[in-house]
Amino acid sequence: MSIEAGLRKTPFYDIHIKLGAKMVPFAGFIMPLQYRSIIEEHRRVRTSVGIFDLTHMGEFEISGPESLDFVQKMTTNDVKRLEVMQIQYTTMCYEDGGIVDDFLVYRLQDKYVLVVNAANIEKDFSHLQDHLPRRGVELKDSSYETALLAIQGPRAEEVFARMTEYDLSTLPFYWSAYAELCGERILFSRTGYTGEDGFELYLPNGLAPKFWEKAMEAGREFGVEPIGLGARDSLRLEMKYALYGNDIDRTTTPLEAGLGWIVKLDTADFFGKEALLKQKREGISRKLVAFQLKERGIPRQHCRILRDGKQIGEVTSGMFSPSLEIGIGLGYVPAEFSKIGESLEIDIRGKKVPAEIVKPPFWKKGSHK
Amino acid sequence: MNVPEEFKYTKEHEWLKAEEGLATIGITDYAQSELGDIVFVELPQVGDAVSQGEPFGTIEAVKTVADLFSPVSGEVSELNPKIEEDPAVMNKDPYGEGWMMKIKMSEASQADSLLSPTDYRALIEKTE
Repeated sequence: MSIEAGLRKTPFYDIHIKLGAKMVPFAGFIMPLQYRSIIEEHRRVRTSVGIFDLTHMGEFEISGPESLDFVQKMTTNDVKRLEVMQIQYTTMCYEDGGIVDDFLVYRLQDKYVLVVNAANIEKDFSHLQDHLPRRGVELKDSSYETALLAIQGPRAEEVFARMTEYDLSTLPFYWSAYAELCGERILFSRTGYTGEDGFELYLPNGLAPKFWEKAMEAGREFGVEPIGLGARDSLRLEMKYALYGNDIDRTTTPLEAGLGWIVKLDTADFFGKEALLKQKREGISRKLVAFQLKERGIPRQHCRILRDGKQIGEVTSGMFSPSLEIGIGLGYVPAEFSKIGESLEIDIRGKKVPAEIVKPPFWKKGSHK
Repeated sequence: MNVPEEFKYTKEHEWLKAEEGLATIGITDYAQSELGDIVFVELPQVGDAVSQGEPFGTIEAVKTVADLFSPVSGEVSELNPKIEEDPAVMNKDPYGEGWMMKIKMSEASQADSLLSPTDYRALIEKTE
């Protein structure tokens, strides 16, 4: 197939093909969009468990005596608060407060690991490299040596417990650990992008297919299914988790996106702090809101958001919510119209469909701890 | 991809079965597979006029939306009530229970000019 030309295959590629997945190009990779049905895959994760190939995500390793100061300077959350093996969600900003990327920072024993968006691997790496101090920090891109497999859903712990001796009940959300798996020492974490409990396993490429089979075997009695990027998107949107490129980018700040909780303005300096302080002082002029339709319809990215017939914004992410069975979406609107309960209209292909701003997340029964 | 012999097809991936001036239409197996999960379908009302090649409705799927184009001209005489209740029936059984609607054709010869199963099969093979 021609679409595969020049695209990277993950170590799970042959498995996806064997399972009959619909493959799509995504951020330079050829990835599974769906195996069976986005709606059914979505519901499987909400009610039981599913496994995901997330190998496209990038991994950077930052080590050396100055690495703490460096990561602190590059990211908006407070890295000093991290204990060894703890994880933090954060953003990396430009001087003007616009977002370079959002990602996870793992503090391991001897290094920090950033797990970044696939589409931003090169941009992030050069941004980090541009600000690297002359000595004391080593930056390494290990994206293409590492496969990433996620097990997500309310039954995820039971499934993963069958694969490891590690006592998972002792591992809180946003913590990582090493476990012996098939004779290998593997880094894993209790993290995810679905709103459900779950784990993410960082695997050497060569062993990855074996772990997939193990996870499928361990999950059989729970009806585990492989989950594609389509359901990954609907699962994250129901939680109002921002997607870089849709809901956040270099023209939006974390404060506008409702990510103020990962911007620690009272701690050490970081890139973008001055701009964000100023924005906080003056008040944000627009805000990313979550809305749901009151009538039948599916909002899509770039649909106009109207109020009293006038455009006040644009949909950044929109879709049919498989859990709520209604059209849901996100978009930036002026701060004065951003209150919960505010009435909007979404222009869906010329049809104005009434909508209401709601308190996120859309899905409130998630099993993540 | 399933392309039954007993139907006629369009470039827009619809099928048609004509019986005594009455055309039953639906979307093809290829169309439902490309669209993915169908969430709802906007169709005209019974009694509305449709024209060959003109849009008459839309299909909303989880990932995308598609216009529907009428394979023939005429008047809508019946809608499939199952589609309103459970649009996924179009994914599960596009040529059977997932039919969309029936059209009383104003020019029965229009149906003959549509693609044969062989031509349609060639079309989707070229697209793939």
